Amino acid sequence: MNYETLQNVWFLVVGFLFIGYFVLDGFDFGVGMALPFLGKDDTDRRVLINTIGPVWDLNETWVIVAGAALFASFPEWYATLFSGFYLPLLLILAALIARGVAFEYRSKNTSVTWRKTFDWMIVVGSALPALLWGVAFANIVQGVPVELRSVSHSVNVSGTLQTLTSQDHIYTGTLFTLLNPYGLLGGLVTLTLFFTHGLIFISLKTDGDIKLRARALATRVGIIATALAAAFLLWTLIAHASGQLFVFGLILSLIAAVSLIAALWFNHIGREGVSFALMVLTIVTAVGSLFAALFPNVLPSTLDVNASLTIANASSTEGTLTLMSWVAVVMLPLVLLYQGWTYWVFRKRITRANIPAGAH
Amino acid sequence: MPHASGLMTDLSALDLSRWQFGLTTVYHFLFVPLTIGMVLLVAILQTTWVRTNNDKYLKLTKLFGKIFLINFAMGVVTGIVQEFQFGMNWSDYSRFVGDVFGAPLAMEGLIAFFFEATFIGLWIFGWDRLSKKVHLATIWVTVFGVWASAYFILAANAFMQNPVGFSINTEKNRAELTNIGSVLTNVVALNQFPHTIVASIMFAGAVIASISAYHLKRGQHVGDMRTSLRFGLWASLVGGVGTVVTGDGLGLAMVQTQPMKMAAAEALYNTTKNASFSIFTLGTPDGHSELFSIRIPDLLSFLSTHTLSGQVEGINDLNAQYQTLYGPGDYNPVIWITYWAFRWMIGLGMLSALVAVVGLWLTRKQEAKLPKWAWNVAIWSAPLSLIAISVGWLFTEMGRQPWIVFKLMKTADAVSPGINGVDVLISLIVFTLIYGALAVVEFKLLLNAAQTGPAEISAADEDADAEQLTVAY
Ligand code: HDD
Ligand code: HEM
Ligand code: HEM
Repeated sequence: MNYETLQNVWFLVVGFLFIGYFVLDGFDFGVGMALPFLGKDDTDRRVLINTIGPVWDLNETWVIVAGAALFASFPEWYATLFSGFYLPLLLILAALIARGVAFEYRSKNTSVTWRKTFDWMIVVGSALPALLWGVAFANIVQGVPVELRSVSHSVNVSGTLQTLTSQDHIYTGTLFTLLNPYGLLGGLVTLTLFFTHGLIFISLKTDGDIKLRARALATRVGIIATALAAAFLLWTLIAHASGQLFVFGLILSLIAAVSLIAALWFNHIGREGVSFALMVLTIVTAVGSLFAALFPNVLPSTLDVNASLTIANASSTEGTLTLMSWVAVVMLPLVLLYQGWTYWVFRKRITRANIPAGAH
Repeated sequence: MPHASGLMTDLSALDLSRWQFGLTTVYHFLFVPLTIGMVLLVAILQTTWVRTNNDKYLKLTKLFGKIFLINFAMGVVTGIVQEFQFGMNWSDYSRFVGDVFGAPLAMEGLIAFFFEATFIGLWIFGWDRLSKKVHLATIWVTVFGVWASAYFILAANAFMQNPVGFSINTEKNRAELTNIGSVLTNVVALNQFPHTIVASIMFAGAVIASISAYHLKRGQHVGDMRTSLRFGLWASLVGGVGTVVTGDGLGLAMVQTQPMKMAAAEALYNTTKNASFSIFTLGTPDGHSELFSIRIPDLLSFLSTHTLSGQVEGINDLNAQYQTLYGPGDYNPVIWITYWAFRWMIGLGMLSALVAVVGLWLTRKQEAKLPKWAWNVAIWSAPLSLIAISVGWLFTEMGRQPWIVFKLMKTADAVSPGINGVDVLISLIVFTLIYGALAVVEFKLLLNAAQTGPAEISAADEDADAEQLTVAY
């Protein structure tokens, strides 16, 4: 494989890992957001949380691996993006921390205020990242103010002291630069989409009354998600799709739209298995179309085309990419296999009867 | 707030980032050692149960498994912060070393974290969905995941202590990977790994002993807790001996790769043969104002070279040497910190090992009756080795200063050029508040689980369909 292909492959791998993250943690976020809507009493809320109990941690691990893969394969992208989106990432981190500990700790005390506090941490800790990831990705596609700044430091290179200089890509906006209409719309799309995804997951994993309520709510939220997503995808295609993968992006968006509507229909007629599979397809193709719109850039600059980060100028060396490819080729199938096995082991539906009466 | 941010940019993005990184990393590493050590000890307990079918070991597995899990959650959520911070606060560092440093980090994710996160879920929730043997296997796979992640992250850290396996691309101003084998078999990583593992086992053993002592002091659960007391004390002692053996290897690796750090550990200013090691110094160890000290002759030479008369390079000579190689500047870390951190690491760790030895001696007879103070010592000495671990890291990381990557990049050059002091101040405050609050909750929960002690195993537990006994949130 030549260097250019290898770089493109890693663009795909990073895309794959983020898509995997959104598909998996997406329904965890949705389940978290559903607590105040579906959880009538403490037992209901336990049922809801237990649907994701064994898997939320491994789902969240996808973002860690996606981040690390981004670091290894596109260091310049990772560095510019993470230092540029400093405050939104801080909010996401704070939310993920709150949510993670709340899952583990809410059941450790029976006091009502204790439970209420942690339940709200789960709700906010799920809704906030669901919104902010959308804002972040919409802005990545749209482009952000990035300028070139020369940075130097001295290094002893084989015996002689040299001053090395490079052109760093530096984000010059603030938090509010990211909160533009297109970015916010993107955030609302992921928020409602993940909420729908989670509700359909709940109806797949539970039984009885709670399942019916989840199904009804999924239809209502799903319709809002469809409207928002349609507006967002149109906007993306008209304003931000660079020429190269336009047709491909268009096809992906169309599949996303059709499968979202189909998912809602199958949910409505009570075929939640099919509906959930279609939601997965929706998220894969919708996020996929964003990556297609981005290609061959990875972070376009709105100030100066020359300051745009591209697959070519942001990647690591051929050697590192080759090495990482071997690791990915061996590990990713294994990961999918044993994570699939986990879902199989915990395939049973969860009902109120599974929550021990005297549980505390 | 353009005005305020203009003021803060020059003032403190660097310093605040250093405070934040130090704070969050030390915090992350308060939880990791218990995870690393406890996962092994719980796996051993569960294996013993599967082998002997003695319910006592099942009860112990569940009790210490619970402690392990409460702690694990904190390791996970604080770990994500660590990974994001390289890009957020140290983006020029990330640009410079990403091609090399990113690889072990990504390998950690793909090879270790996925294993860890998946199999821990199977272990927690799989008690009655998996057969006894398969369930036991899940905890051993978790051991593998946790330890493998420790190895990869230490290999990444070792690159900062002793950069190997790279070349400098002068055009792009970055280090590029030439040999992953050298990165993964860095002599520093090879020695850091066993040292960190045994130190963690030492701490986990002390925690088990402490919890057992709490119940024994009150005469509760005596049968189970006596077994776990001695199990914990043995683990702590074996770990303690292990830290000395592996610490010796790490010391040699350090002298070979970062002689300045060894000089700073002893505050040795001038190159000396037959160098002594001071256990204690009165006055500041700045080379001028020593009032009084207790010294062991030749020990520093022995630690550095394994000979009594070996030559140990001093701070002044190394500084002069570095100035000719790397340009003008000051190349020594903050000496009083490295000096005392090194001593506290060894001292507190050895104190903890002493507690284990005495404890094992006092409880050697089945019906041993101990005075209250002895139980109290066992209960309250658990944190000793944890503090030793934290100051050990302070020594390692601060002893590397002013470099972020030894001899290649200074910490001052590594900070993100785009961020301003206000943002970092906000994040530092947010992390401090969240971490502070979590520390209180976490400590209460651990205490609560520890004080409740082992739960009785009811007949329903044997029932394959008794799903209600799985964790319910
Ligand atoms: C219970 C904890 C504990 C105990 C009793 C010891 N250590 Fe340690 N030490 C650590 C816990 C630790 C640590 C926190 O885990 C470190 C930090 C980095 C590392 O890999 O391990 C460490 C680092 C560390 C380093 C720095 C390595 C570097 O910067 O590259 C040296 C030279 C030693 N140790 C040597 C020793 C010696 C000679 C010991 C006993 C005689 C000893 N340690 C006991
Ligand atoms: C793979 C593991 C680690 C890596 C890659 C790493 C990396 C870093 C980086 C990038 C900095 C900031 C720059 C600097 O001030 O030098 C730093 C500083 C620091 N780290 Fe580590 N670290 C690691 C492990 C640890 C651990 C486990 C601890 C403690 C428990 C620790 C404690 C510190 C402290 C206290 C500082 C602040 C030092 C100072 O600013 O002078 N580190 N480390
Ligand atoms: C400063 C650098 C560090 C980074 C970037 C980092 C990153 C992380 C991340 C992302 C996680 C969460 C993983 C999950 O979801 O399962 C984590 C947990 C963990 N880390 Fe760190 N870590 C650092 C320092 C260290 C060091 C030095 C060690 C070991 C020697 C270590 C050992 C572990 C272990 C064993 C876990 C899993 C167990 C637990 O969560 O308690 N980490 N770390």
